[in-house]
Amino acid sequence: MAITRGFTGRDRRGGDDRLPPGQYDTGAGWPTLTAELTPQVDVDTWTMTVDGLVDTPTTWDWRGVHALPGSTYFGDIHCVTTWTKFDTTFTGVSVDTLLEITGVKPEATHVFATSTTGYTTNLPLADITDGKAWIVWEFDGKPLTPEHGGPVRLLVPHLYFWKSAKWITRLELRDHDEQGFWERNGYHDRGDPWLEQRYQGDA
Amino acid sequence: MTDAPGEVLPEPVASSWTTATVREVEHVGATFVKLRMEVADRHDHVPGQHYVIRLRAPDGYTAQRSYSIASDPTDPLVEVMIECLPRGEVSGFLHDVVEVGDELEVRGPIGRWFVWGGTTPSLCVAGGSGVVPFVSMARYARRTGTEPLMRIAASAQTRDRLPYADELEEYGAFIALTRENQPLADGSERVAAHLYPDELVPLADGIERAYVCGSVGFVSFVGRILGEAGVRSDAVRVEQFGPTG
Repeated sequence: MAITRGFTGRDRRGGDDRLPPGQYDTGAGWPTLTAELTPQVDVDTWTMTVDGLVDTPTTWDWRGVHALPGSTYFGDIHCVTTWTKFDTTFTGVSVDTLLEITGVKPEATHVFATSTTGYTTNLPLADITDGKAWIVWEFDGKPLTPEHGGPVRLLVPHLYFWKSAKWITRLELRDHDEQGFWERNGYHDRGDPWLEQRYQGDA
Repeated sequence: MTDAPGEVLPEPVASSWTTATVREVEHVGATFVKLRMEVADRHDHVPGQHYVIRLRAPDGYTAQRSYSIASDPTDPLVEVMIECLPRGEVSGFLHDVVEVGDELEVRGPIGRWFVWGGTTPSLCVAGGSGVVPFVSMARYARRTGTEPLMRIAASAQTRDRLPYADELEEYGAFIALTRENQPLADGSERVAAHLYPDELVPLADGIERAYVCGSVGFVSFVGRILGEAGVRSDAVRVEQFGPTG
């Protein structure tokens, strides 16, 4: 495509290979983008369920999920609205830990994540296993705030952040793919920031 | 959060980039610029949708941002109103550098959620530049005679921070200024203040859906008032922007 007359670029970091194409460093900020009002999720009644194509469908309450071995993610996050936030720290539990407890049936290929609000998003199973996804409740050592998905959200940092469903309550393993909320509304089925998979029709 | 049954959604996004030629540039107040663009291979939009604008430097570096469409779908040009943000790489360029005749890479229309198809009784509540998608809805409503289904309330610090203020007022929108008293038709003044529940609640009477667009704090504030007015949270569609720190 043609060069934009007069544009040289301002926000780029020279040679920073941690910034995916089309992204900028949001610095200390953490923008939010949601499609619905922020719910107030009560940790006394919140539960997390992993079911579908697993050997032992399991539901944890707040205390139960905190009793699991903890895990921390340290690294970058990328939003489809083009901001990237470097060096974030999220603490929670690895999705691998949840799946070890439930077991995974061999025919499972995808996962469908659901929030307390009814928000949904779809992911290939391979994108949430082998240390690539977490259920998190702390950001930088403090409780995750409601507007960022608190008290607990999914974290899949290698994909655009709409895949990291806020206010997560359920992961259902399936043998097929089905689009979630933003995917039905025009966003890409997978959302790899390094491939700029923003909208349906991108490579 | 589910799509309403039977609701006609816009077609999924046009997946390819195209060229928009800037036909009109108008600076509005100190911080806004209105661009009206002729879009090649254009697809019709539904009020509420947005375009992505991508800038490209000589060495291939690109920066892109999304901007809501203000124009009616039958307008031969696509209109966007851009607020120049402090340190805004894209908004600053569009505000300060772009001239009539320039070509921009664009992609759209995008979005199948924050849209109004002209059939659902709705209330739109905007904070500042969040008003832009509602201008498209209002223009659409006026052309199709569906104004009774679409109410608008808009809030801004001062009148010159609210683009399209005159047009919105003519449409019948309720306007609240938070740092400036407003003269009213009866000769009195509305004292500078945020939207009062007493002002918003009557507008919510009988609606089936609410659209709220503005900063994080504004959306949260309006959400609480709407909840008090009995609007179910799953009837509220949100587009919020800005940092939370």
